[in-house]
Amino acid sequence: MAQHQVNYASSGGLPVVLTSADHLINWGRSNSLWPLTYGLACCAIEMMASGASRFDFDRMGVIFRASPRQADVMILAGTLTKKHAEFTRRLYDQMAEPKWVISMGSCANTGGMFNTYSIVQGVDRIVPVDIYLPGCAPRPETLQYAMMMLQQKIRRESANMNKNKKQRFI
Amino acid sequence: MRRYTPKDNVQKKAKYTDRFYVAPSVPREEIEEGSFFESVVNKLKDSGVELLDTYVELGQLVMKIKPEDNVKALTELKENSCFKQCSELSAVDYLAQDGEFEVFYQLLNLDKALRARVITRIKENQAIETVENIYKMANFAEREMFDMFGIYVNNHSYLKRILMPDDWVGHPLLKTYPLQGDEHAAWYEVDKIFGKEYRDVIGPELRDPARIDRYDTQRFARVGHEVPFGADPSTIDETEVKIEDRYSKTFATDYTTGSKELENRR
Repeated sequence: MAQHQVNYASSGGLPVVLTSADHLINWGRSNSLWPLTYGLACCAIEMMASGASRFDFDRMGVIFRASPRQADVMILAGTLTKKHAEFTRRLYDQMAEPKWVISMGSCANTGGMFNTYSIVQGVDRIVPVDIYLPGCAPRPETLQYAMMMLQQKIRRESANMNKNKKQRFI
Repeated sequence: MRRYTPKDNVQKKAKYTDRFYVAPSVPREEIEEGSFFESVVNKLKDSGVELLDTYVELGQLVMKIKPEDNVKALTELKENSCFKQCSELSAVDYLAQDGEFEVFYQLLNLDKALRARVITRIKENQAIETVENIYKMANFAEREMFDMFGIYVNNHSYLKRILMPDDWVGHPLLKTYPLQGDEHAAWYEVDKIFGKEYRDVIGPELRDPARIDRYDTQRFARVGHEVPFGADPSTIDETEVKIEDRYSKTFATDYTTGSKELENRR
């Protein structure tokens, strides 16, 4: 993973005082997390399985969107090549705030077994990641658990995203 | 993880030092008289192509030609010997060994279900003529050859990198190209997205995420020896506290010192 500082302790927004407005807004946000349909490699198969009827993401309010303008969460499912990194960052920039990123699988977390010249060694080199999801590939249950962890994180945060300390690049 | 060794002169060094070792090689056979392959070779000779070497390897005809003759030879093979399909076209890097690339064209005769290979050798900075007008697949295959080896193809309709990005530096399938990339490759995505000044912010690539660094206080690498997050690495030797009894003793047996425990278990 990238070496720049990630403030794990305060990225959950622990020092923030939550008001009723925060609770209401976060209730809405956390229960309608719309991820961007963004499968890069074999992890995408597990992501699709999570969305299909057996595992059923819809019951958690997670509905895949095909446009970054309508999405809240970017699930980076799979191996990210250096050629594609530019477009990933562009899609991330096109998403409206507030936005979160889930790095799904070993390849997205650290480059995984692709210890080569052409693979990004951890997607946190280009986008700020909220949840790292281990596995190769992670089971659909794992992705659902990650989504539930993200919901818990959102509920703890302030509704004003500027108050939440996040790993920031620009 | 496998230790990285410089690949600059990897072909010159002997990989095996066992003096009784015999490198495996595919047996080469002569072309049988009266066979289909003999007629192929004869037709090729009649058309004026100079054949440097011909033999049969694993039931496939191999013909070595001069690089200038490649269009002539492949046209002849396609028109008169019915090699309608070119299934593969690429190069092999023999630069360290011979200072040359080997360019090969793998052909398939669909009527007889027989394969032939046309091989030619070119120098490092020598270009080769395109065979795109004979076999359509050569369009992409020659672009890939250019991308991976840096071999220029004359008269190609659209000679451009096909796998790597257009602004990539280096040709990755060369034996001298390091597996984990040169400096340009290491910083490619950072330079492209954020600019060069962000190299310091983001830091170098970590090629071995399982590596445990004793003086790294930002990642959870050192279970059982815990220091505050982001503590000054120079003070670790004094501040580090070994935390005992965090994990089950049943499974975490110290075999080097705790021999008694091992005996009890036996």
